[in-house]
Amino acid sequence: MPTAAHSSPVISAVGLTKRYGELAAVDGIDIEVPPGEAFGLLGPNGAGKSTTMRMVGAVSTRTSGDLRVLGLDPDTHGPEIRSQLGVVPQEDNLDPELRVRDNLIVYGRYFGIPRATCARRADELLAFAQLEDKARSKVDDLSGGMKRRLTIARALVNEPRVLMLDEPTTGLDPQARHVLWDRLFRLKERGTTLILTTHYMDEAEQLCDRLVVVDHGRIMAEGSPAALIREHSAREVVEVRFGSDRNASAAAQLAGLGDRIEVLPDRVLLYAEDGEAVLEQVSRRGLHPTTSLVRRASLEDVFLRLTGRSLIE
Amino acid sequence: MSGVTTEVPLPPDAATAQALSAAVLPRRFGSWYVAEHQLRAMRSYGWTIVMSGIGTPLMYLLGIGLGLASFLDVPVGFGPDGPVRYVVFVAPALLVSATVTVATEEFTYTVMSGFKWRRVFWGMNASPVAPGQIATGLVLATGARMVFVATAYAALVLAFGAVGRPVAALVLALLGVLAGLAFGMPLLAFAASLKDDRGQFAAVQRFVFTPMFLFSGTFYPLDTLPVWLHWIGWISPLWHATELGRLVSYGSPMSTATALTHLAVLLALAGGGWVVARRIFVGRLRG
Repeated sequence: MPTAAHSSPVISAVGLTKRYGELAAVDGIDIEVPPGEAFGLLGPNGAGKSTTMRMVGAVSTRTSGDLRVLGLDPDTHGPEIRSQLGVVPQEDNLDPELRVRDNLIVYGRYFGIPRATCARRADELLAFAQLEDKARSKVDDLSGGMKRRLTIARALVNEPRVLMLDEPTTGLDPQARHVLWDRLFRLKERGTTLILTTHYMDEAEQLCDRLVVVDHGRIMAEGSPAALIREHSAREVVEVRFGSDRNASAAAQLAGLGDRIEVLPDRVLLYAEDGEAVLEQVSRRGLHPTTSLVRRASLEDVFLRLTGRSLIE
Repeated sequence: MSGVTTEVPLPPDAATAQALSAAVLPRRFGSWYVAEHQLRAMRSYGWTIVMSGIGTPLMYLLGIGLGLASFLDVPVGFGPDGPVRYVVFVAPALLVSATVTVATEEFTYTVMSGFKWRRVFWGMNASPVAPGQIATGLVLATGARMVFVATAYAALVLAFGAVGRPVAALVLALLGVLAGLAFGMPLLAFAASLKDDRGQFAAVQRFVFTPMFLFSGTFYPLDTLPVWLHWIGWISPLWHATELGRLVSYGSPMSTATALTHLAVLLALAGGGWVVARRIFVGRLRG
C-alpha cells in the first residue's frame, strides 16, 4: 500500500477495457500517471482516446480491468473523483444564456464552492485566460480561441489536481493555439497534472512529458516524445515529391537508401541518420524530385511506422 | 462489470482524503446547484416569463369574464348553492393550463438544448453532480417557474372574484403546479429520450396539448361531449386537476373517492414520469 502522498499515482489502469457489444473501444490498456506529469494519449479518430478519458473522468463505467483515479474507484466514488478533476471537452459546452463571468461562477457551484469564493476565483481565472475585458460579454460573442480559454478557465474553477483536455486545440488558428499552449505550460509549471488527447504531433511534442500512442483501443508504444522518436524512427527524414503518379515508381529506384522508405500518396519519405547525404545520393541516382526537404523526425513518423497510416486522414 | 469492490482499503493519500470531503456537498445539494444554474439562465428570458405569467391570465379573464360570459344564458357550473358564474367555472381550468404550458416549454426545447444543441448537461455531468441530480435540478427550476405562474394566476383570479376565498386560490395554485408536473414529468422523460428534434415538440403542442386543452372540460363540462371523446379527459392531467380545482374553488359536487382518484392520477403521472426521466438521464450521460 502506498504511504507517501507524492508517490501515489494520480491514475492507474490495468487491463482497462470498454466494450460496446462486440466492439472493444478500449481493449485492455495499462496506464500509470504520477502527479505533476503532462501525459498524452495520441491516436487517430476512433482510437479509443475519448472513451479512455470518459472512464478516467468517471462518467463512463468500464467493462473490465481495474482503474483507480486518486486512489479511488470511479464505479463507487464518481463524485469524489470528479470533484478533483477539471475537464475540457472536445466540444465547448459553455452556457450561452449566461455571461462569461457567470459561466465560471455557476460552474464553481457544482463543486459546492461558496458563491463569494466562486466570484473571486472567476475574476482570477478571467485574468489567467486573458478574458478580463470580456467578463460581461455573451459567450456567443467570443471567438473560438476565447471560448476554449474560457472552457479551460471553467475547468480550473475547482482548483483541480488533474486537468483533462480532449483535443484542446482542434479547430483553432495557429495564433490561438500558441496562446492556449502558453496557458497550459503555466499550469504545468504550477504542478497540475495534465492528461490530454490530441491528434496533433506538434502539440504532443510541445506539451507532453510522456505519451502513449493508441490505435484500435490498444497502446502501440509508450515513452517521452524524444524517446519514442529515437526508438521508432531514424534521426532525420528526407521528403521528396515526384508528382503523385510518379512517386511509387521513383521509390523503387530509391531502394536501399537510408534505413527505411515510406511511400505516401503525395510524397516519398526516406528515414536516415544523415538526411543531406541521402538527398545527395538521390540525385546521384539520376532522380530529380520536384521538391525536397530534409527535416528532423517527428512523432508523426513514429505513428506512421507503428500504425502504417498517417494520423490525420 | 469490473468486479472491483469497495472493501479495498484506500491509500492514506492527501488527494484521496481531499476528494472524499470535497464531494460531500455536491452529493447532498447537487440538484439545487443545477436548479440555481437553470434559474440564472431563465433570467435571460425573464421578461417573457413575467409578461406571459401576468399577461396571459389577464387576457383570458378579461376576454372570458367580460366578453364570452355575457353571451352564455345557460349555467355550466354548479356549486352547493346553485349555479356559479362562467368565469368561476372556467378559472381553475385556465390556471391549470397555464402551468402545463410552462411544462411544454421547459421540458422540451430546454432538454434538447441541454443534451444536444448547447450541451450544457455534459458540462454539469463532468462535475461531481450526478445525472439524476441534473434531472431533478431541472424539475426544481421549472417547478419554481410554475409556482410563479400559478401564484400570479391565482392572485388575478382572486382579484377578478373568480374564486371566493384566498385559501382556495392558494390551493388552486398548488394544484396548478401538481398538474404542470403531472403533464411535465412524462414529457421530460420523452424529451430526454430524443436524440434529434424532428418536430416532435411541435407535434406534442399541436396533437397533445391543444386537444387536451380543448377537450378536458376546460370551457364546458366533460360530459357535454359525446361519450367517445371522454377518454381524452380521463388520460388528461388537465381534466383531473381542473375537476379538483372546481371542488376547491366553489364546491363542485364530487365524492371523496373521485377526488382521491383525481389526486392519485396526478401523483402517479408526476412520480412515474420522474422515475423514468431520471433513468433516461443516467443512461444517456453515463453510457
